[in-house]
Amino acid sequence: MRHLLSTTDLDRAAAVRVLDTAAQMAATQGRQIKKLPTLRGRTVVNLFFEDSTRTRISFETAAKRLSADVINFSAKGSSLSKGESLKDTVLTLQAMGADAIVVRHQASGAPHTLAHAGWTDAAVVNAGDGMHQHPTQALLDAFTIRRHLTGSATNPDGVGNDLAGLHVAVVGDVLHSRVARSNVDLLHTLGARVTLVAPPTLLPVGVGPWPAEVSYRLDDVLAQGPDAVMMLRVQRERMSTAGGGFFPSPLEYTRLYGLDARRLAGLPEHSIVLHPGPMNRGLEISADAADSVRSVIVEQVANGVAVRMAVLYLLLSGDGDTGVPPATGAIPALTSTPATPATAPARSTTPEVSAR
Amino acid sequence: MTTQYLLKDVAPLGGDRTDVLVAGGLVAAIGAGAGDAAENAPDDLHVIDATGMVLLPGLVDLHTHLREPGREDAETIVSGTRAAAVGGFTAVHAMANTTPTQDTAGVVEQVWRIGREAGWTDVHPVGAVSVGLEGQHLAELGAMADSAARVRVFSDDGKCVHDPVLMRRALEYTKAFDGVVAQHAQEPRLTEGAQMHEGVVSAEIGLAGWPAVAEEAIIARDVLLAEHVGARLHVCHLSTAGSVEIVRWAKSRGIDVTAEVTPHHLVLTDEEARGYDPVFKVNPPLRTQADVDAVREGLADGTIDIVATDHAPHTREDKDCEWAAAAFGMTGLETALSVVQQTMVDTGRMTWADVARVLSENPARIGRLDGQGRAIAVGEPANLVLVDPDARRVVVPEEQATASTNSPMRGRELPGRVVATFLRGRATVLDGVPQDDRSSTAGGTPRAAGRVTP
Repeated sequence: MRHLLSTTDLDRAAAVRVLDTAAQMAATQGRQIKKLPTLRGRTVVNLFFEDSTRTRISFETAAKRLSADVINFSAKGSSLSKGESLKDTVLTLQAMGADAIVVRHQASGAPHTLAHAGWTDAAVVNAGDGMHQHPTQALLDAFTIRRHLTGSATNPDGVGNDLAGLHVAVVGDVLHSRVARSNVDLLHTLGARVTLVAPPTLLPVGVGPWPAEVSYRLDDVLAQGPDAVMMLRVQRERMSTAGGGFFPSPLEYTRLYGLDARRLAGLPEHSIVLHPGPMNRGLEISADAADSVRSVIVEQVANGVAVRMAVLYLLLSGDGDTGVPPATGAIPALTSTPATPATAPARSTTPEVSAR
Repeated sequence: MTTQYLLKDVAPLGGDRTDVLVAGGLVAAIGAGAGDAAENAPDDLHVIDATGMVLLPGLVDLHTHLREPGREDAETIVSGTRAAAVGGFTAVHAMANTTPTQDTAGVVEQVWRIGREAGWTDVHPVGAVSVGLEGQHLAELGAMADSAARVRVFSDDGKCVHDPVLMRRALEYTKAFDGVVAQHAQEPRLTEGAQMHEGVVSAEIGLAGWPAVAEEAIIARDVLLAEHVGARLHVCHLSTAGSVEIVRWAKSRGIDVTAEVTPHHLVLTDEEARGYDPVFKVNPPLRTQADVDAVREGLADGTIDIVATDHAPHTREDKDCEWAAAAFGMTGLETALSVVQQTMVDTGRMTWADVARVLSENPARIGRLDGQGRAIAVGEPANLVLVDPDARRVVVPEEQATASTNSPMRGRELPGRVVATFLRGRATVLDGVPQDDRSSTAGGTPRAAGRVTP
């Protein structure tokens, strides 16, 4: 694989391989020296056409931990605001020798165009495009779910596992959400059962063929005892535009679709709560839920760095050498199809990334 | 001295083979002895072996964007009509969304005059319904109708006349000069920010949807308005199965409505959007296979009256970008006839006589053109196109005559080839090649040869 544009690019084996690689990366992040020499001399450009401090910092951290040179290019304050085209921007980055371009764009398909229009040789990583995909978010979510729900004392990260048999509820603005699309595809690929929960106005026409169930009633779905509940951010502007808003009021949304203490209490003991951030506390998730012991929201952020390290590594240096000291073993390439024994050896050297 | 053309062994409308003599701007003789008539005339005689070829009346496009004035970087009246001739057209209707807008007698006369001087096809400007296409006030429809351009078709194409009162007034007002309002049916509120057909594909690839109902709701409203005020209505680029049903119902009710479909809606679906190549971005958007099947059926059974290209040339910079930033539209003049052959004739849905009906006779009738879309008979103006239906070709946009390269047919093999096009007896295209040096074949007065009745 040359690019990571969509979670549909990943089959089960490739997805598990990314997660396993991320587990090895995560293991190094508990060490005193977090930096690996793997991508020394390589250049990673963070090309952000949309504000996203969190995702950009996460990618920047990931690239720096792999010793890559990092260039941050944001639309604001650059020539883009003066009307420079995507093409010219990318040609410029290509000329400067970018090895990977991490792109966030408000237009669905912009990373796809960037990867396929012949403008650049760089590996393209989709860091979120419009209403389409945000594959590294889905990967970090899957990593987090796998760790919490399939991990064991001897294999805390669930290395080698998929998510078969787990039930994940994805709740909120599915219509506009690239996080939802990426997660539906990846969770399905990994064998999980997905239920989308949203008011009908926030579900796309044409959702029918998606590999997911659809419900309009959060309480009904929570009563099924999902293993993980993923709350999506509700954009404030969804309340005012397009025919007066997608739902009548924030209060009604919270009443019907918000995750509060009462709903949280009804979940099975082992269930976890995820949110891609940034949260609207009091709208889609209450402070009680966000700060509860079931919440893995802060851990998602930490795992995001490991997952993005894994993705950059696999795209730029899929030669089996992570730069990780040999104790942790070789890391399989993202593209290779033969199943490499992926259970990470020497787990004793792996510190806990975080505790619930 | 002008050139006469003897088309040997040709099949008019795909029927029985015969010889056809084109002379003096007219179809001069038909039949085995047609060549004899030429011998008595002093003019040059150019004989074309047309064995296996089909002769059709010159094609008439009711929906062309020539981009001049304003966007001459994408197309000019000369380059667009030259491309039209290569595609077999002898008349085009130039849409009103130019800069300045074709909303006054002055602008439409300018377009008409440049077209006439170019001499590739007749150019009939479409007048804007509203001033500046802004949907607020009626443009001076009467002045455009009475101008030298003799406008009969009015459209805000690209924008919908969505105000029902303005639409009603336009329908009523055009009755005074036998005009027609050609509606771009798109409910604006239902399509804010819309990028592609709303359905399974848009849901998956995350592009804002353009729902079928946004077209169908306007068509339903407009046919009822047309019935109410007793006016005639033309529906531009109908694209959905539901729209076909509504037009079928309206016709069964006796409402004076006509409808068009584009070549691209006959052959392409929204699946094309999956690669985010903006060459497939068009308005109305490419729909589903069920819609494609429905518009083919509607065209075959006469519910849809015509095929019109909606030829919409765009510069490379307007297409060489991310999907959302790209312009809507695709070229079509040079592939329209081939697409109709592929989807309708080669599949057995239509005959060549039907092709003449939907690409020449009906559009000429809707546009109230006297000298176009006529029968192939002795004494008729020689507006003709000679087609080799057995030829096959791969579309290379860079080799086309249009000034733009945004053809959705790039790399596809299509059947049929326009061998020759005749505009009032003068060959604008011979052996598939546009006849740029027409002074040698048209007696040095090519422009005067283009007699257009004002």
